[in-house]
Amino acid sequence: MDLVQLQRQLVDYRTSLYHEGFLDEQFTQLQSLQDENNPDFVVEVVSLFFEDSERLLNELSKALEQQVIDFKRMDAQVHQLKGSSSSIGAHRVQKLCIVFRNYCEAQNVEGCLKCLQQVKHEYGIIKTKLESMFQLEQQILNAGGSIPV
Amino acid sequence: MESCNCIEPQWPPDDLLMKYQYISDFFIALAYFSIPLELIYFVKKSAVFPYRWVLVQFGAFIVLCGATHLINLWTFTVHSRTVASVMTTAKVLTAAVSCITALMLVHIIPDLLSVKTRELFLKNKAAELDREMGLIRTQEETGRHVRMLTHEIRSTLDRHTILKTTLVELGRTLALEECALWMPTRTGLELQLSYTLRQQNPVGYTVPIHHPVINQVFSSNRAVKISPNCPVARLRPAGKYMPGEVVAVRVPLLHLSNFHINDWPELSTKRYALMVLMLPSDSARQWHVHELELVEVVADQVAVALSHAAILEESMRARDLLMEQNVALDLARREAETAIRARNDFLAVMNHEMRTPMHAIIALSSLLQETELTPEQRLMVETILKSSNLLATLINDVLDLSGLEDGSLQLDLGTFNLYAVFREVLNLIKPIASVKKLHVSLTLAPDLPEYAIGDEKRLMQTILNIVGNAVKFSKEGSISITAFVAKLDTLRDSKAPEFLPVLSDNHFYLRVQVKDSGSGINPLDIPKLFTKFAQNQSTGTRNSGGSGLGLAICKRFVNLMEGHIWIESEGLGKGCTAILIVKLGMAERVNESKLPYMPKMPTNHGQTAIAGLKVLVMDENGVSRMVTKGLLLHLGCDVTMVGSSDECLRLVSHEHKVVFMDICVPGIDSYGITIRIHEKFTKRHERPLLVALTGNTDKVKKENCMRAGMDGLILKPVSLDKMRSVLTDLLEHRVFFEAI
Repeated sequence: MDLVQLQRQLVDYRTSLYHEGFLDEQFTQLQSLQDENNPDFVVEVVSLFFEDSERLLNELSKALEQQVIDFKRMDAQVHQLKGSSSSIGAHRVQKLCIVFRNYCEAQNVEGCLKCLQQVKHEYGIIKTKLESMFQLEQQILNAGGSIPV
Repeated sequence: MESCNCIEPQWPPDDLLMKYQYISDFFIALAYFSIPLELIYFVKKSAVFPYRWVLVQFGAFIVLCGATHLINLWTFTVHSRTVASVMTTAKVLTAAVSCITALMLVHIIPDLLSVKTRELFLKNKAAELDREMGLIRTQEETGRHVRMLTHEIRSTLDRHTILKTTLVELGRTLALEECALWMPTRTGLELQLSYTLRQQNPVGYTVPIHHPVINQVFSSNRAVKISPNCPVARLRPAGKYMPGEVVAVRVPLLHLSNFHINDWPELSTKRYALMVLMLPSDSARQWHVHELELVEVVADQVAVALSHAAILEESMRARDLLMEQNVALDLARREAETAIRARNDFLAVMNHEMRTPMHAIIALSSLLQETELTPEQRLMVETILKSSNLLATLINDVLDLSGLEDGSLQLDLGTFNLYAVFREVLNLIKPIASVKKLHVSLTLAPDLPEYAIGDEKRLMQTILNIVGNAVKFSKEGSISITAFVAKLDTLRDSKAPEFLPVLSDNHFYLRVQVKDSGSGINPLDIPKLFTKFAQNQSTGTRNSGGSGLGLAICKRFVNLMEGHIWIESEGLGKGCTAILIVKLGMAERVNESKLPYMPKMPTNHGQTAIAGLKVLVMDENGVSRMVTKGLLLHLGCDVTMVGSSDECLRLVSHEHKVVFMDICVPGIDSYGITIRIHEKFTKRHERPLLVALTGNTDKVKKENCMRAGMDGLILKPVSLDKMRSVLTDLLEHRVFFEAI
């Protein structure tokens, strides 16, 4: 595909992500931190986020399957997830985490289960989207262009 | 025989009979001549005589008759023929006139007779008119008497004077022998002789009321003649004389209650007095109709006058009573005002007097906290601080309440995080609840906005108070707190008819329900709950030690927030639900740490100060740790990362200028670390600046950070520019607390 087209596609895609509320300004901040000294900063952070989130989500699923649910621990984990998602600007995930925490505090098992499903769902979406975005960026780089800001 | 033309009378003139005839004729002639003279004389005298020509005729007739008789005198002796012829002429004329007269009289006499009858008729009429005149005059006089009597009666409002005057005037007008008034007694079963005309001081003579005669008098509104032997009429000592006729009339006694607005008084409920009038004895006088009428009229007037007097008396009494009450009320009001002023003065003075020492204690304890202390000492100082804060809160409460009552309290409006308020309440209440093994749950509706505009501190105070009460009065079970946005229909069926919520675009009504399964409240006590200083002394609750102000203050705060608060309970032992609705403004998601999407702006502003700065970052969350590190690296700092508090304590050194700590992670005692770092670096200039990084916070947390000894607080997520300015500020002022 044409370089200009790719770049334009990337910009549109990014804008749509902001528009739809998947990302917020924090992500922009992350991007602004990326420079010559730190060329892969964003990718690194996002990869770390993916790892962390998947781990946390697994643990949460396991915790909810237990007989006696340790809500405190769950709360702490959701807090972690919230922190991570807010650090990279995964807006929707962060919001869901807030709701999740409320349910944890209320010790509402049904609510927690429902919320967990939603978080997983949202996480899935954002992961896919970010991965596609990175792919686009890679394509642009391969084509010799620079990533527009 | 001589031949003369003389006529001889038949009889000799010397005869006795002839003599008598001669004399009679003479007198007849005389009379006959004088009669017309008399007639003329008298007719001339009288003005009216309609039959003049009859008179003339009659005069002529008589004159001629007289002439005849006169001439007859000559015939008694020898007389000549001439005399005889004259005599004859006269006779003939007389005959003619008399015949004519006789014929005329046939016409005249009936007329004359009818004049007579007319005269009789007129005389009768005149007599009749005279009689009627007499009657009218008497009536008019009666009327005059009545008017005078009425005037006398009405000119006074004193009951005794009225009655006395009545009797006197009646006695005078009608020339009575005795006049008396019998009034019904209090029981209504007897009539008591109250007033008499002649006797000065009537004896308290009573007569039972149910006497046939009395009933008869009472049943009609006319004056009734009664027998002098009747008990009410026996007013004079019995004597040998014939008692005069007695008349009795009823006098209605009107009461105020008889005058209904739309009805006239009913006769059946009236009480009557009896007026008895006695004509002089031994006189043949009888009661005339007009006199009876006079008596009836007077009786009515007396009734009216009496009722006026009674009404006036009552109204005077009522007025006096009102005046007394007014005076008493005035006094009470002045006393109340004095009391209020005294209280206000007291509060104003105590305000200052109480706050000054409190401030001293709190300030000095805080300062003490900052110095070197052993852990025991620190614990003591903390306890002192906590207690004095509590006391300061109490003082503020009391002063708030008086401020609320004066209407001088204003809400501190600001944007705040609603979720944070609830979480803070939960955090504060959890320790106590877990000690009592109570289960506390918080449910926030998904549509509840995260941020709102309102008075955060007072909202939290109110919610905390309610939740605190729920915990206080529950020995076991669970407490659930739910918060959601109230819709219009739920607002309407709240138990407050005067609460009229108005929905508008930039406001919403927050509804918080706190349900506990504790001791419950008797529904009858519920209204008293919100009155200050009235504590519910229900059995089985231990003395909570509260001042009873809490709910009253809550109610006032809620009212200021244009909301409503009430408590529902089904009874003792059935728990209760406190429901609170307040109006909050909608806030756009304002987060001061967020800056709009700006392109990267390279600046040298303060860069030199930051470059090479040695910084320690402590964050458990890998991702956010990495982000923060990237941020700081980008700014040119020398970053050391640690993942736990122990590591942090181990690695921190005096080379580090700033330590960033993430404190929103549960399980990290950031305050403890702060304290230990303070311990580690006793000299102030060696100690790194401690900055708290947190994702969400509120004023309370901020104050806690400040008190714990932190030098700064920033909200995550942190943008590049923000971090830059924060570091610059921090290095310049050695303190940076983000506005929350």
